[in-house]
Amino acid sequence: MLVPKYISWFSDIGLDDRLLVGGKGGNLGELQRAGINVPPGFVVRTEAFEGLIDELERRSPLRARIAPLVAGDLQKIAAVSRELRARIEEAPLPADLKLQIRDAYRRLGGSAPAPAVAVRSSATTEDAADASFAGLQDTYLWVMQADSVIAKIRSCWASLYSLESLSYRLRHGIAESTVAMAVVVQAMVDARTAGVMFTRSPISGDRSVITIEGAWGLGSALVSGEVTPDHWVVAKITGEISVRDISDKAIRHAQAAAGGVEVLAVEESLRREPCLSDQELDSLRTVGRQIERQYGRPQDIEWAVDRHSQQILLLQSRPETVWSNKDLQVAAARVSDPLQHVMKIFGGRR
Amino acid sequence: MNAKLKPREFPLPSSVKVIPGTERAQAAYPYHIQFSRADDRKFWFYNSMHFPEPMSAFDMVTAEAAYCALGAANTRVHCLPTTLGIDHRIINGRVYIGGNGVTDPKEIARRTTEFEKRAFYYYENWESLYANWKQKMLKLIEDAKAMPDPVLPEFEPLEHVHAGRGIASNHDLLVTYQKAIEGYFRMWHHHFEFLLLGYGAYLTFFGFCKQAFPEITDQTIARMVAGIDAEIFRPDDELRRLARRAVELEVDAHFRDGASVDDVLRSLRASGEPGRRWLEELQASREPWFNINVGDGFYHYHRSWNDDMSMPFSALQGYARSVRAGKSLDREIGRLLEERVRLIADYRELLANDEERAAYDQMIALAHRVFPYVEGHKFYCEHWYTNLFFNKIRSFGTLLAAHGFFASAEDVFHLTHYELESAIIDLMNAWSSGSEPRGPAHWPPLVAERKAAIREWARHETPPALGPIPDVIDDPAIVMLWGITRESLDNWLSAGTATDSNEVRGFAASSGVVEGIARIVKSVEEISRLQQGDILVCQVTNPTWTPIFQKIRAAVSDIGGSMSHAAIVAREYGLPAVVGTGNATSKIKDGQRIRVDGGRGIVTLLQ
Repeated sequence: MLVPKYISWFSDIGLDDRLLVGGKGGNLGELQRAGINVPPGFVVRTEAFEGLIDELERRSPLRARIAPLVAGDLQKIAAVSRELRARIEEAPLPADLKLQIRDAYRRLGGSAPAPAVAVRSSATTEDAADASFAGLQDTYLWVMQADSVIAKIRSCWASLYSLESLSYRLRHGIAESTVAMAVVVQAMVDARTAGVMFTRSPISGDRSVITIEGAWGLGSALVSGEVTPDHWVVAKITGEISVRDISDKAIRHAQAAAGGVEVLAVEESLRREPCLSDQELDSLRTVGRQIERQYGRPQDIEWAVDRHSQQILLLQSRPETVWSNKDLQVAAARVSDPLQHVMKIFGGRR
Repeated sequence: MNAKLKPREFPLPSSVKVIPGTERAQAAYPYHIQFSRADDRKFWFYNSMHFPEPMSAFDMVTAEAAYCALGAANTRVHCLPTTLGIDHRIINGRVYIGGNGVTDPKEIARRTTEFEKRAFYYYENWESLYANWKQKMLKLIEDAKAMPDPVLPEFEPLEHVHAGRGIASNHDLLVTYQKAIEGYFRMWHHHFEFLLLGYGAYLTFFGFCKQAFPEITDQTIARMVAGIDAEIFRPDDELRRLARRAVELEVDAHFRDGASVDDVLRSLRASGEPGRRWLEELQASREPWFNINVGDGFYHYHRSWNDDMSMPFSALQGYARSVRAGKSLDREIGRLLEERVRLIADYRELLANDEERAAYDQMIALAHRVFPYVEGHKFYCEHWYTNLFFNKIRSFGTLLAAHGFFASAEDVFHLTHYELESAIIDLMNAWSSGSEPRGPAHWPPLVAERKAAIREWARHETPPALGPIPDVIDDPAIVMLWGITRESLDNWLSAGTATDSNEVRGFAASSGVVEGIARIVKSVEEISRLQQGDILVCQVTNPTWTPIFQKIRAAVSDIGGSMSHAAIVAREYGLPAVVGTGNATSKIKDGQRIRVDGGRGIVTLLQ
C-alpha cells in the first residue's frame, strides 16, 4: 500500500488547494508563489486529520455526538467539546505521519537542531471556501522540538471541537461532515519590529492609502493591545507619508530562551523612536500593493522585520472585510455631457 | 434677541477704527471703498493672500481693476449661477472683500440657463479661445512697450511743428497716462476671461478625487493635473540653463559671495570672449523670461528680475555649484510627463467601478484642457504686463520728481491714480502757462504723511474677517480663489485661544520632516537674509521664489493652498512644506528652531 502524503510545502500549494490545506495554508502558498517573502513552512494536510477522525469513528461515533446539540445550549456543547477534545488528544498517531512531520520539521530547521516554529490551525469547509473561522482555533508560537510540534498539531486538531468552534458551526448550520483541519507549521521570525497593515484606510475606507501599525519586537504585543503602536498612513500610489504618529512603546515581546514569549522593557533610547524607517515603510507599501493586486481586493496583512537579516517577512494576509461589505457611495457617474460635472462647483450649495 | 450667541464673533466693520494719526492717509482712498454703516450687514474678510502688506495709495489700483474685471466676468459675462462679483473696501491699508451670493432659486435657475450658453461655449472652444487670448495679451504687451516715456521739452520739437502735428507734448502726457491706466484695467479683464471657469473645472476634478479618495493629499491631485512645461516654470528653467552654460564657458567663478550684480557684470565683461558669450545668453533669456517679479505683481516694489537681477544672480551661483558637483539640473520633461500618466492610471485603477472611472476620465480631460490657462496666465498678466505698467508709472514719477513734485521717483506710488492724473495735469498746465506747478508745495508733505501711515499700519494686526459669520460659504469664487470655508473661519476664531500650544498647523503641501532654524521673511527685500539650510517662513510662497528653494530646507507660509505652485516646486526639490498656517510669521520667532512635518501639515516650535 502506498504511504499517504500528509505534508505539503508552501511552495507547492495555492488558494486552489484550500480544501486540503485550509485557508491559512492556501494563502501562505499563494503569497510565496507570488514572490512575496514569507517565513518558510509546511502544511499537515487535512488527510492526516481525516485519517485520525476515521480511526476514532471506527472505535465509537464521533461526529454523530454533535448532531443532537442545539445552538445556545452551552452546557451540553461544553460537555461534548471536552469529550471529543480528549479523544483526539489521546489517540495514537500513525507512525508514517509522525515520521513525515519529524522529517519536515528537520528540513525546515536546516542547520538549527531545534528551530522555533509557529503551529497554526488552518481549518476548511467544503460549503464555504471563504469562511475564515478566524480566531476560533488555536495557534501556538515558539514551539521547539519535534515532539512538541506533534503535540501542538494534535491540539490544533482538537481545537476544531472547542466550545467556540462547535457553537459557531451550530449557529451557522455548517455540517460536520464538511469541516476539516489542516495545520500550518511555519518558522518563527525573531522580529525586530512587527505589526499589521491594511491596504485601505480603516477610518474612511479610502483605497488609495495604506495604514501601517508597528511596534518593537514580536507582533503579539501589538495584537494583544499591550503596546500602543506607531501609526503611519502612506499613499498607496505615491508613497507619501501623510500621517506619522510615533508613540511611546514601553514594552516589547521577545522569544524566551525556554520557548514561548516574554515581556521586556524597551530601552529608554528606543521608546519614542519610530520602529520602521521610511525605506521600510516604502517596502511594506510595495508588498502591500503586490498582495492586493494578487487577490484583487484590499487586504489585512501581518508582517515582521527579521532582527538578523532586517528583511521584511509577511506572516499572513486576509481580505479586509469591514469596508468591503459596505455599500460605498459612488463619487460620481458618467454623464452624457461631461460639462455638466462642473455644475457641482457652479450650481449652488454643495 | 439671539438666544444662540456664538462664543466669538468677528468685529463689525464700523467698529474697526482708523489708526490715530493716519486719518488723512485713509481719506486719500475714494469714497466708494471706505467702509460705511451699511457694510455692517455683510461678511468681509481680509484678502491677505493677495495683499499681505498695507497698500500704498497708488497700488490700490490693482484692487479696483481686478475686482472690476472679476465681477464683470462672473456677474455679466459668464453669469455664474450662484454668485455675482466681489466688493472691496480699504481700511488701514488693508483690503477687505466680500462676495455677493445669489440665493433665490428662481434667479439661480435663470442664471444657470445663461451660464450654460456662455461658459459651456468657453469649455467647448477652450483651445481656440485661449490661443486667441494669448494673441490679445501679446498685443497688449506690445502696446504697453510702445508707449513713450513722458517728456516735456522746453520748446516743442521743430519737426512736430513743421509736420503740423497740432497737439503739444503736454497732451502726450495725458494720453500716455490714460492709456497706461486703461491698459491695466483691460489686462485684468483678460485675466478673468477664463480664470473662474478654469478653476471651476479643476475643482470639479479635485472634489471628485476627495470624495473617491478621502485621504488623498491636495498635492497629489495637483500633480495629476499640473502641466510640466507651463510658462511659469520657464524663468527657473532659464536660470538652470544659464548656470550650465556658465560652467561650460568656465565663467561661473565670477558669481562670488557678496558680489553685487554690477560687480559680477563688470568682471564678466572684463573676462573676454567667454564672458561676452555668456552675457549674450543672459540677454536672450531676459526677454521675456526675466519679466517675472519677485512677488505676485500686486505691489509696485515687487520689481522684476530684469529690473533687479540680484535674485536670479544669487540663484545662479547655487545652480552653478550644483553643476560643478556633477548634478543634473535638467527637469526631465519626458520623465515627469510619464510619471503623470502613470499616476493618473494608478488612481484610476483604484476606483470602485467603471461608472466612476468614466466620470474620472471625463473630469480629468476637462481639467487638463483648462489647466494651461490656470498656470500660464500669471506670467502674462501679473508678471510681464504688470511690470511694464508699474515701470511706466515710475517714469511719470521720474518726470514729476525732476519738476520738484517729489524727492524721489518712487514717491509717485503714494498718490492714488486719480491724484496722479491731477498732478500730471498740474504739470501740463504749468508747462503751458509758463508758471510754476503747484505740486512741489502740495505733494511732499502728503507723501511723507502717507509713508508714515504705511509704517504705522504695518505695525498693527488687522482682524482676519469682519461682520456676521455666514452659516455656509458656498460662493464658488470665494472657495476657489481664497480657499475659505466655514471650517477655516472657525479656525480663525479659535486662533489666539490656543496660545499655549507649541504647534502651528496648515495644509500639508509637501511631505518630509526636517528641523532647522526659522528665517522669517516678511517681504521680498528680506530674502537675502536666508542662509543655506534655513527654513523659510513667509506670508505667501510665490512661484517666482522658486530659485531660492535650492537654499532652504523647508518652507512654511501663512497663506496658500493646494493651487499654489510653491507646493509643487517644494515637492520637486524634495522639501517639506506647510502652507496656509494663518499665523506662522507672527507665531514663529526669527532664528527659532522648528520642526516642519510637511506630510501632516504641522510645524513644531522646539524652543
